[in-house]
Amino acid sequence: MPTAHTVKRFDDELNGLKSQVLALGGLVEKAIANSMKALLTRDMELARLTINRDRAINALEVQCDELTRRILVLRQPAAGDLRFIISAIKVVTDLERMGDLAAHICKNAIKLEEMPIRPKAGLLGMSELVQQQVSRALDAMARGDIDLAMEVLAKDAAIDELYHGTYREILTYMLESPSQISPYIMLSNVAKNLERIGDHATNICEMVIYMIRGHDIRHVDHEAAAALLRGEE
Amino acid sequence: MTPMHRANLSPADIPLEKPPLEPTKAPGRRKVKDAKISVRGLNFFYDGKQALFDNTLDIAGGEVTAFIGPSGCGKSTHIRCYNRMYDLYKGQRAEGELLMDGVNIIGAGVSSLDLRHRVGMIFQKPTPFPMTVFDNVAYGLRLRGRMPKSELEGRVEEALKGAALWDEVKDSLHHQGTNLSGGQQQRLCIARAVAVEPEVILMDEPCSALDPIATGKIEELIDGFRGRFTIIIVTHNMQQAARVSDYTAFFYMGKLVEFGDTETLFTMPRNQQTEDYITGRFG
Repeated sequence: MPTAHTVKRFDDELNGLKSQVLALGGLVEKAIANSMKALLTRDMELARLTINRDRAINALEVQCDELTRRILVLRQPAAGDLRFIISAIKVVTDLERMGDLAAHICKNAIKLEEMPIRPKAGLLGMSELVQQQVSRALDAMARGDIDLAMEVLAKDAAIDELYHGTYREILTYMLESPSQISPYIMLSNVAKNLERIGDHATNICEMVIYMIRGHDIRHVDHEAAAALLRGEE
Repeated sequence: MTPMHRANLSPADIPLEKPPLEPTKAPGRRKVKDAKISVRGLNFFYDGKQALFDNTLDIAGGEVTAFIGPSGCGKSTHIRCYNRMYDLYKGQRAEGELLMDGVNIIGAGVSSLDLRHRVGMIFQKPTPFPMTVFDNVAYGLRLRGRMPKSELEGRVEEALKGAALWDEVKDSLHHQGTNLSGGQQQRLCIARAVAVEPEVILMDEPCSALDPIATGKIEELIDGFRGRFTIIIVTHNMQQAARVSDYTAFFYMGKLVEFGDTETLFTMPRNQQTEDYITGRFG
């Protein structure tokens, strides 16, 4: 946004919303990192703390929505401002869901405390990639960087592949030791949660494309979307 | 037979009924198809001081075109060329082409009187004549020649109905038009304009002196005029331009900065100046 609004308070509100959305993103990033750390190090205190802190994420989501509502009613935003507001509404919902999923991981970590099994290699790889995707999606949102957003979208396939690999790996362990099926199901849930977090990161990136270029590329083949954006350059 | 949903199907067996979705592109520019008026290289001068610079655009027939821009940007000057209002003032002149149905209406040999039968105008402040409601609407009709009283009454009633004023004035047709409320006066002026069945109606800030309800009524009228008249509206109210128009032109310092279909212009303008203006960032 190059120049300032004539009504300075409108600028303050837009900037305020942007920093709140990014602050929410920061909390969610932290929650995901903490949930995996709690699982891997069996840190039950961290797991409980992270579940508890999800309330802060929820509260911030509500605050963002209130601010958005206020801007819509008072300022009737247009053009770039309007596209930013619409993106903010959607991104905030995705972020809140990601926070819930991190809390789910913590709940599984707590259930797994007494169990003798260890997270598997595939899960560690997923965790790393998903966290990277989330942080890059938030960067793309903060900077309005559509190239970065497209990279994140392209990478989602790798997460899906890792998820399927992890799922098969866990299935093998279940077949080997049927008495441990219950804890392995929990591990499989964690893998699913991570995969969903990755999907929400791609939703954020789709809104970045909308915010900057005005195209709605949701539910669209990645190649078609990439071709559309390339065609404009 | 096993019902479909109980059958042992793998997801791959379920046929995709629809092909995969295509991206929803940012709204593209909708081009003016049937131009009622084609403006080509329009320049305008007030005593040698140039106020419009090389304006070129098409006004879609039967649709609503809004002109927006900051004060002094030339939008009113531009709209006043369409009925040669400037003819009334010394030292004002227009250059270029303003083709209505292919005829250059600012060229020599076009009578401004005839033109004003074809192009009606509504102003910022309601301008009822100091006469009765009936006579206000009948004025233009009488100028065009005599007609039987019954026909005149029918045309007046029709015009007042067309301007959504009939129900409010049908029992006071012979009271002074200036006694009506501001919103009613503006609708009276619209009735007066539509009574002569013009092809084009120019509206220069028609709602800026009206309250929101009266404004809503005028906007409703404009909406209903689609297809019947070609409407050009100058407005300072950007939400109004977005609500009522099919096409929008943004003027700045006498130049046409951007022209396009309204939806695109308000969601994805091309020009940074347009974006700055419609988002309220104009310095």
